[in-house]
Amino acid sequence: MDGGEVVEDVRRPRLAPHVRLRFDAVRGRHVLLSPETVAVLNATSADILLLCDGRTVAEIVAELRARYDHVEEADVREFLRQMAERRCVEVR
Amino acid sequence: MNRPFGLLAELTYRCPLSCAYCSNPVTLAEYGDELTTAEWCRVFEQAQELGVLQLHLSGGEPLLRRDVVELAATARELGMYSNLVTSALGLDRRRAERLRAAGLDHVQVSVQADEQEMSDRIAGTRSFDRKIEACRLVKELGWPLTLNVVLHRQNIHRVGDLLALAEELDADRIELANTQYYGWAWRNRDALLPSRAQLAEAEPVVSAARARLAGRMEVVYVLPDYYSRYPKPCMGGWAERQLTVAPNGDVLPCPAAQSLPLPRASVREDPLERIWTSSPLFESYRGTDWMPDPCRGCDRREIDFGGCRCQAFQLTGDAGRTDPVCHLSPDHHLVDEAVRVANGEPVELELVPRPHRAGAS
Repeated sequence: MDGGEVVEDVRRPRLAPHVRLRFDAVRGRHVLLSPETVAVLNATSADILLLCDGRTVAEIVAELRARYDHVEEADVREFLRQMAERRCVEVR
Repeated sequence: MNRPFGLLAELTYRCPLSCAYCSNPVTLAEYGDELTTAEWCRVFEQAQELGVLQLHLSGGEPLLRRDVVELAATARELGMYSNLVTSALGLDRRRAERLRAAGLDHVQVSVQADEQEMSDRIAGTRSFDRKIEACRLVKELGWPLTLNVVLHRQNIHRVGDLLALAEELDADRIELANTQYYGWAWRNRDALLPSRAQLAEAEPVVSAARARLAGRMEVVYVLPDYYSRYPKPCMGGWAERQLTVAPNGDVLPCPAAQSLPLPRASVREDPLERIWTSSPLFESYRGTDWMPDPCRGCDRREIDFGGCRCQAFQLTGDAGRTDPVCHLSPDHHLVDEAVRVANGEPVELELVPRPHRAGAS
């Protein structure tokens, strides 16, 4: 999708095929690896990306709400939009 | 102390191309005794334990190493993201398929221009058509593709055409990086440094393409630091984020650091962790304590880290001085002089090609 589009509820974000999300035992954090780039993730970002497994955006938000008290839907969408813009996530 | 994210593994300095902008050391003969497969695998294991997540298999031409598939497989077993930085000569279908199966993650192919005649002339050998073929193969096999172009006086006017080529090849990224003046490029600096007018012409072309391609292709554009007000934050700080291992096992905080008058560090003599944490080569310019004025009291000292130690050494003979690129540096006239020459009457300068290997030409 184009990076500027709105990430709608029914869309299913998935990690792009060329990125790898893994836990780095040395740093004790999840990291997102892509060509020439390393992003060390905070817990929330890692949670969202780990849920990008074929669920819809609405299902991801629901799952996060089951785990945490305060989940702003707009924040999740914005994070996914940024990830899509950087081509780390594909939203279909 | 920070842990490194990236390892630049310069597997060999042998290369089928002879680009005059090459940043490999001019003392190629010192690197003929290359690490063995087992030694490289041990380096990768030690790097992984130290925290390295990104591996760049580079050179020279890494495909000249017969063990490159095995090395890519080792990187994958260690969970590293592996990048092949190649001229693409030697990336035939069989080799590419084996590398794909081994788990290589990304391929970066260099081109010297957007069309055959100029690209081959700069590369010093017929190579353009094979490079384009290899780029298509990279995409066909499902890899992300980066097109890498070193820019200089003789090709910077082609940025628009280079961007069009990247788009046509469906590249995921393009790096348009002006030459860094180390190694052979330093020797050829006056023939490579573009003029202000050339840069002014390139800039809007790149900006427009970046806006148009947003979300589709990443466009990385690196200006020549000789024209910037402040120096580049070289390596994200000395011995903070990256390390390089040269073909002979020398460990360097920056690929150009072999020139510095500090005791060498080698994986053949010490484990990587000890070199990273306590060798003089890594310790000398780590952090901000080493800084002279004007860096010492500068608000930007943790932004650009005083610039590049190797450039400071190359231009002033002292690696502990402020990078002369900075307009606040007491040595800035050295950079001004090179810029003045680049903007004066055009002079036709011969490029000195780097040899394919030590003792050859």
